[in-house]
Amino acid sequence: MHSAQPKEEVAAPGRRRFLGVLLGGGLFVSAVSFFYPVLRYLVPPRITDMGGDTVVAGKVGELRPNSGKIFRFGSRPGLLLLGADGQYRALSATCTHLSCTVQYRSDLREVWCACHNGMYDLSGRNLSGPPPRPLEQYDVHVRGDEIIVSRRREA
Amino acid sequence: MAPLVRVRNWLDERFGWDELLAPLRHKTVPIHRYSYWYFLGGITLFLFGVQVCTGILLLLYYRPSANEAFESVQYIMTQVQFGWLVRSVHSWAANLMIFTAFLHMFSVLFLRAYRKPRELTWVSGMLLLFLAMGFGFSGYLLPWNTLAFFATKVGTDIAGQVPFVGHRLMVFLRGGDEVTGATLSRFFGFHVAVLPGLITLLISIHLLLVQRFGISVPARMEPEWRALPQQKREMRFFPNFLLRELMAWYIALGVLGALAAFSPWGLGTKADPFAPAPAGIKPEWYFLFMFQTLKLIPAKLGMLDGEVVGILTFSLAGLIWLLVPFLDGTKRTQRLVTGAAMFVVAYMGAMTAYGYVAK
Repeated sequence: MHSAQPKEEVAAPGRRRFLGVLLGGGLFVSAVSFFYPVLRYLVPPRITDMGGDTVVAGKVGELRPNSGKIFRFGSRPGLLLLGADGQYRALSATCTHLSCTVQYRSDLREVWCACHNGMYDLSGRNLSGPPPRPLEQYDVHVRGDEIIVSRRREA
Repeated sequence: MAPLVRVRNWLDERFGWDELLAPLRHKTVPIHRYSYWYFLGGITLFLFGVQVCTGILLLLYYRPSANEAFESVQYIMTQVQFGWLVRSVHSWAANLMIFTAFLHMFSVLFLRAYRKPRELTWVSGMLLLFLAMGFGFSGYLLPWNTLAFFATKVGTDIAGQVPFVGHRLMVFLRGGDEVTGATLSRFFGFHVAVLPGLITLLISIHLLLVQRFGISVPARMEPEWRALPQQKREMRFFPNFLLRELMAWYIALGVLGALAAFSPWGLGTKADPFAPAPAGIKPEWYFLFMFQTLKLIPAKLGMLDGEVVGILTFSLAGLIWLLVPFLDGTKRTQRLVTGAAMFVVAYMGAMTAYGYVAK
């Protein structure tokens, strides 16, 4: 039905090329339009931290001085500390090295990551071991008997 | 192009590449006024490919449990970027695939392409159609919405009416006596593991048979073709027909995208096993003609339950359908088969339409 006609091919290479570019370009553009949604679909949506940037981390009197506890801050763990000085502090509990969850060591009065022996002080500064950065610090307010922890707003 | 030629030569030296591809190169497609029907099998295959791709994408977020299934589909449709599109394409392509498979089946039937030596190609094709309907039935439940929940109840209950093995079959399908989360797990397993395995095997067999026997010339043209071989008009499969087929696929993709975007598939409300069934419970359209028939059959036909009679009749009809090539011998039986096929098309069309308007 459609035998190739070499004569025509030789006669109009420009037209053939033009049609080729048109077809190829069209196919390419539509292929992009199919794969773009697929690529976007593969990226999981950000899980919005329910409760926003503020949580109730615990009750007053729950912690003895020189101790700490893990609380849920959105989908991540936070560390609430009551220092020997009687002051509340709150930090991200995700180690900046390889994302283990840190804990308070009352014997050392420091924050310790058990995975690779990383050490932080009570304000989250990395003191020794592999951690490359300090832990994120949160603001702590006591309202009634609730201890409220909130993320610091970037000024 | 030189590196490509080198790769080809490398493969050819080891596997006899050119020899392997030779049948493809010699394959031809007859050209006549019914040639358009040859595209349908390929379009169905393409839509199946779309189902595999979108199905895998849905698996990334879908959770097959009664507590989470509905929410995860909702999540896909509202939170995941383009999730609504992927899910909508999956639903639409499923329906279009069943539709083109039916068209393909009827075109083969009316052109009598199932004649010797292609009996087994027909049988494998019919089994593929049954599998596709199994995909539809199992996939329908997965979003765990009210409509699907009750349609599954009804559907599995109908399976339970089969004499002797019915109850066991129903318990097997439901994973218990009732439609519960266990049913969902089971249907999920069928939908993403059991059926895909079976259908991959059957598609391979079907395509191998098509490849082996070549493409059938319609029965009523065959004498002419035999008498005047020099007047035969044929097209090479590769690349001539394949390129046309690709164009058909491209159009199918366009139709699919337009349907999915402009008429996105709904989700409905979450299934509540302890809520009464809402009015207007209907299965997918391709089961509707059976569903509607079963509704019309009186409760008792003589000594037998009406439902049982209906189910047996449909099972028998399905079996006869499967074996059509073996019944088509003499001129008389040929006419009988064609007549019966026309009746079936009319019956399915009418009952489906009736099912839609009926309350």
